[in-house]
Amino acid sequence: MIYADNAATTRMSEHALQVYIESANQHWGNPSSLHLTGQTAKAAMEDARARIATLLHCDPREVYFTSGGSESDNQAIRTAVMSGLKKGKNHVVSTKFEHHAILHTLTQLEKEQGIRVTLLDVHEDGLIRPEELREAITEETALVSIMYANNEIGTIQPIHEIGKICREKKVLFHTDAVQAAGILDVDFARDDIDMLSLSAHKFHGPKGVGALLIRRGVVPYTLINGGAQERGKRAGTENVPGILAMAAALEDAVRDREAKTAHLLPLRDRLIDQLTKIPHSALNGDREHRLPGNVNLCFEGIEGESLLLLLDANGIEASSGSACTSGSLDPSHVLLAIGRPHEVAHGSLRLSLSGENTAEDVEKICEILPQVVEYLRSISPVWKDLESGKAEHRL
Amino acid sequence: MAINLTSSNPLYSPAVMDHFLHPRNVGELENASGVGEVGNAKCGDIMKIYLQIDDGIVTDVKFNTFGCGSAIAASSMATEMIKGKPLDDVLELTNKAVVEALGGLPPHKVHCSVLAEEAVKAAVKDYYDKNGIAYDPEQFKEASCDHCHVG
Repeated sequence: MIYADNAATTRMSEHALQVYIESANQHWGNPSSLHLTGQTAKAAMEDARARIATLLHCDPREVYFTSGGSESDNQAIRTAVMSGLKKGKNHVVSTKFEHHAILHTLTQLEKEQGIRVTLLDVHEDGLIRPEELREAITEETALVSIMYANNEIGTIQPIHEIGKICREKKVLFHTDAVQAAGILDVDFARDDIDMLSLSAHKFHGPKGVGALLIRRGVVPYTLINGGAQERGKRAGTENVPGILAMAAALEDAVRDREAKTAHLLPLRDRLIDQLTKIPHSALNGDREHRLPGNVNLCFEGIEGESLLLLLDANGIEASSGSACTSGSLDPSHVLLAIGRPHEVAHGSLRLSLSGENTAEDVEKICEILPQVVEYLRSISPVWKDLESGKAEHRL
Repeated sequence: MAINLTSSNPLYSPAVMDHFLHPRNVGELENASGVGEVGNAKCGDIMKIYLQIDDGIVTDVKFNTFGCGSAIAASSMATEMIKGKPLDDVLELTNKAVVEALGGLPPHKVHCSVLAEEAVKAAVKDYYDKNGIAYDPEQFKEASCDHCHVG
């Protein structure tokens, strides 16, 4: 079986798993307790916080542990919006292809607080234009939230430039770095980031744990009330083994980052080169500014869910932006945002590799996928209309 | 196809996977008595059913489908259920019967069976229209594409 869905989640590494088990055994106390058992857990957690801070170039006091990326995104948006409103700032700039944890929170705040939201275009290449960001920021802007790297099409935004613009305009900058942490050279200080979301299970850590980095001086909004944990800003007994396993996984990821990138790039590029040879297919998102393990393609005339089922039947696990895979009715908002028409967006495939994938995996995908596409096209009335000229090819 | 086509999937019943991986009656009929096409590529599903009708009996049926696994399985099952049947029986085909024959569909996939029923009926209607056979239009009312907001 070939697992090529690492943007959805990764397998926990042996190391992270080991750390998790040991910590669950040794650090089972409640870090809020006064006694030795509690304080042992607390010390281990604070050590993990300090190590994570070093890896991401921030102060340990800027690291808030959460349940993962979605919670971090929710807390970041509310932190900036609620403090902005106190200063009469009611405007947020984000992008059309953010994760729904961002977009849905913004929609909720539009209704709840009457904020105004500007969603930047991500153009055909899946990249924002810094000059458009500059133009979108007004005196009322409380927050710019732009994802570091997109979860579907893997495009990497010009984070350093975005950070500079926001700092210059004195606007808070949040980035959803769920797909970037442990994979790209994430540097909280260098890139003038004010808030950053990350999730452990995307870099071979455990599920249900993540972090939100919040620059000192920004007062975090409390999403979960009921205790003094995380400097009073996030209640709930801390997931100590999860936090320690996350720190271990992030250390491994940062240490091996360059080697993993060197391993992944040729695999990714081989997939792109071979699979775009399939007639009427196209790569989604810019090829250069792209996560080293991300391949996202559209194939005309077929639908993504049936493509995934056939790949699965052949031992290849991937995902799609097709509406039919999600239970929602529209195809991926990311693919629509880069201008793919609905009928093309339904035929999308995302292959996301990790360091565990091999050249053999890639060759198997290159062998099977063209046959699967050809088969589905052979039974597709849409493909027949395209081929007979009754409908026009879009790719 | 030279690739492996055996699989089970926890999301779908064995019958759905069987009809998806080994669809029956795939193809086209060149001089079909009636052709029905329903759905919308924008919504992600199109079914096209071809009927050969002789003396009021469906003597052959073929289909082409663009859509998810259950859409392909529902088309395949529907063609099996109407093959060799008189038109009166064919018109009694319901999406519920297709779902039952498939051993159930997940709730958000039930519309695939609705499309299969509609495609069969659209093909019969086309046959009636082509041959000037009178019918009750009420019998061929298409369900609205309410599962899809882009229609």
